[in-house]
Amino acid sequence: MNGGSASGTLSAMPTPAVGGERLPVVVARSVSKTFHIPEQRVHTLKERALHPRRRLRNVDFHALRDVSFAIEPGEFFGIAGRNGSGKSTLLKCLAGIYQADGEIWRRGRLSTLIELGVGFNPEMAARDNVVMNGIMLGLSPREARKRYESVIDFAELQEFKDLKLKNYSSGMHVRLAFSVAVQVDADILMVDEVLAVGDAAFQQKCFDVFNDLRDKGRTIVFVTHDMGALQRFCHRGLLLQRGNPVYLGEPHEVADRYLELNFGRDGQAIEATGDGHSGDGEARVVEVWMERERGERLLSAPQHQRVTLKARVLFMVDVTDPSASVYVYNEEHRAVVIATTAVDNERTGQFEAGEEVVFSFTFDNVLAPGRYLPVFQLAHRGSGLDVIDRFEGSFSFVVTGPGALGGLVDLPVQSEVSRVGVPLTPSPRA
Amino acid sequence: MSVQTPAYESLGRPIRGPRAISGGWRRFWHLTFNIAVMQWKVRFYGSALGYLWQLVRPLLLFLVLYVFFTQIAHIGKGPGPSYDYYGAQLLGAIVLFTFFGEATMGAVRSVVENEPLVRKIQFPRLVIPLSIVMLAFFNLCLNLVVVTIFALAAGVRPMLTWLELPVIVALLVIFSAGIAMLLSALYVYLRDIQPIWEVLNQVIFYASPIIIPVVTVQEHLSPTLFHIYMLNPLAVLVQQFRHAFITHATPNAESLLGSYAALLAPLAIIVAIFAIGFWVFNRIAPRVAEDL
Repeated sequence: MNGGSASGTLSAMPTPAVGGERLPVVVARSVSKTFHIPEQRVHTLKERALHPRRRLRNVDFHALRDVSFAIEPGEFFGIAGRNGSGKSTLLKCLAGIYQADGEIWRRGRLSTLIELGVGFNPEMAARDNVVMNGIMLGLSPREARKRYESVIDFAELQEFKDLKLKNYSSGMHVRLAFSVAVQVDADILMVDEVLAVGDAAFQQKCFDVFNDLRDKGRTIVFVTHDMGALQRFCHRGLLLQRGNPVYLGEPHEVADRYLELNFGRDGQAIEATGDGHSGDGEARVVEVWMERERGERLLSAPQHQRVTLKARVLFMVDVTDPSASVYVYNEEHRAVVIATTAVDNERTGQFEAGEEVVFSFTFDNVLAPGRYLPVFQLAHRGSGLDVIDRFEGSFSFVVTGPGALGGLVDLPVQSEVSRVGVPLTPSPRA
Repeated sequence: MSVQTPAYESLGRPIRGPRAISGGWRRFWHLTFNIAVMQWKVRFYGSALGYLWQLVRPLLLFLVLYVFFTQIAHIGKGPGPSYDYYGAQLLGAIVLFTFFGEATMGAVRSVVENEPLVRKIQFPRLVIPLSIVMLAFFNLCLNLVVVTIFALAAGVRPMLTWLELPVIVALLVIFSAGIAMLLSALYVYLRDIQPIWEVLNQVIFYASPIIIPVVTVQEHLSPTLFHIYMLNPLAVLVQQFRHAFITHATPNAESLLGSYAALLAPLAIIVAIFAIGFWVFNRIAPRVAEDL
C-alpha cells in the first residue's frame, strides 16, 4: 500500500467500496481547512465606528490541505502528527465541529472524546452530569438515564456517585467522562489525545475498551502522538505534517516516519564548528556520523541491525595513546550506552600533529525507538578525566522499529508459555 | 492492494458542518430542555431558599416602585378606573419584563461563555441561547403563579380573558428568543453589545407601560409619538396583559392602536426580530467554533 517510495507522498487511496457491500463509515474527500486569522482583532462596535475604512486583513492559516481517506467499519484508525500538524483540526472536521472544505461522509452514531467531560457541571452530582453528557453525545434522555448505572459501574465510582463533581479528583473526572463516552454505544468513536491524563492502569483499561469495541465492529478514530499506542492498536494510520497528508497506511510505517519527521535532520553529519567543544584542544572531533555495515551513512537506524558510530578526529599536537569514548544519550538525557577504547585497546598508538583519525564503535542496535544523541570524547591516557576534546555536536540519530513497548532497550527476548500443572479441583465451567 | 477511487456517489449525502439547527427536532428539544433544567437545578438546588431567591429580585423591584409611586409620586393613585389594582398591574408587568431581561441579557454572552461546548462537541448551536430563554421561561411560569395569587388576594376575579395569557406569553417568548439569538450571535464579534444592550434594556423598560399606566402616557404624548410608543412589542404585550389579566378598566392594545389592523405592526416587528435573529445566528453558526 505504501508503494515503497520514500519520497514522503501520500500513498494510495483506500478502497472503501470493495464488493460494494461494506461501505466505509467515514470518508474524507479532499478535505481542507483554512483559518482566517485577523491580523488585528476588532472586537467592538466602537472600533468599527472609529475606523470604518480600516481594511481588516486576514492571515490565512492552512491547517489542512487536501486530505482524503476512507475508514472501514470495524477499523481502528490512527491520526498522527506533531503539534500543529492539523490532526486535531481534522478530527473536529470529521466530527462536524468545524466547517471544512471538501466533503465528509459519516455513517452511524458518533461519539466524541475530544475533551473529557465537556459540559460537566461541577455543581451537580454524577447522575445529572452523566445524563446531560449522554444527551450531548446524542442519546435521548431516556436512553441516557438507562445507561447511568452501567456508566457509574464502569467508572468504578459507585461510592462517589452522590458527590458533586467539583469534589472529584481529576482522575475520577476523567474516568466518569470516558465512561459516558464509551457507553453511548456509538458506531464511531472519535478520540483526541485525552487519555494521556489518566494513570497507567486507566489507560490500559481504555485500550481494553477500544479493543473490545473494535471487536464488536465499532470504528475508532484516534488522534495521538504516542507511537507505541498507534502501533499496538491501530489497523491503519494517517500521518500529517503541517496539514499535509504525508503517509497513509501501516501503523509501524507511520511511526517510523513520524520519528523521522520529528527528530530527523535533513543534512548529512554535521561538521564540527566551534560550538559544543570542550577540553584542552590538543585534538578536535571534526565530524560524527553513523554507518551501516556497508559504509552507507544513516540518519535513522532500524532496530536490530548492526550499526557503527564514527568520529573523525584531527590532532593538533602529538598525542600518545589517547582514549576515545562515546556516550549515547536518549531523549531523557540518560546515557543508554557508553563505550570506550580504553577497555579493549588501552594503547591506541602515537598520533602526530595534523593527522586525521577515525574512531569507530560498532554495535547491534537494540535501542528502543526514539532519538539519540551521541557524544564523543577524547581523553589522555589514564583516568579519562583529562579531556582533550569532548564534542556535543548536534548530530543525532533516530532508531525506528515496531517495538516501542517502553523499555530503554529492546533486547531480543524469547518468551514461552508452558503448562506446569493442572488444577486440583475441576473448574465449574468445565 | 490496488488503488481504487472510492465510489463517492454510493455514499449518499456528505455531512454538513456545525449548524444552528441540525440533528432533528427531537434532539434539539432534548438538548435545550435538559440544559435549561440543569441550569435551573444548579441555581436553585444549591441554596435552601432556592426558588425564593430568584423571586426576590422582581419582588424587591416591585416593592420599591410600588412604595415610591403610590406613597411619594402618587402615579399609582391616579384618577380613573384604569388605576384599579395598580399593585397587581405593576407586579405582573415587572414579572413579564423580568423574563424579557433575563432571557436577553443572559443570552448575550452565552455562546462565548460556552466556548468549551462549542469547540469540543457537535450539536446544534442554537440550543445555547434558546436554553437561556427556556430557563427564563421556567422562572416566568413560577412568577406568574405568584402574580395570580397576588392578584386574587388584591381582589381581582378570574376572567375569561385570562385565556389570552398563553398567547401573550408565547409572543413574548418569541420576541425575547429573537433578540436572544441576535445578541448572542453579534456578541461573538462585537463585545460592546453587552453594555449597549444593558442600556437599551433600561430604555425599553421605561418605554413600556410598566410603572406608568398607559392612559397617563397617552395623555402626555402627541398622537404620533404615542403611536410610535405602541409599536414597541413589549408595550403592547404588557398592556394587553394588564387588560386581560388584571382589569378591563385599563384599555386593551387594540383600542389604543385604533384598530385590529394596527395591531399587525407590533406583531410584524416580533416576527421580523425573530426572523432576523434566526438568520444572523444561522449565518454565524458554521464558523462560530473557530471565531471564538
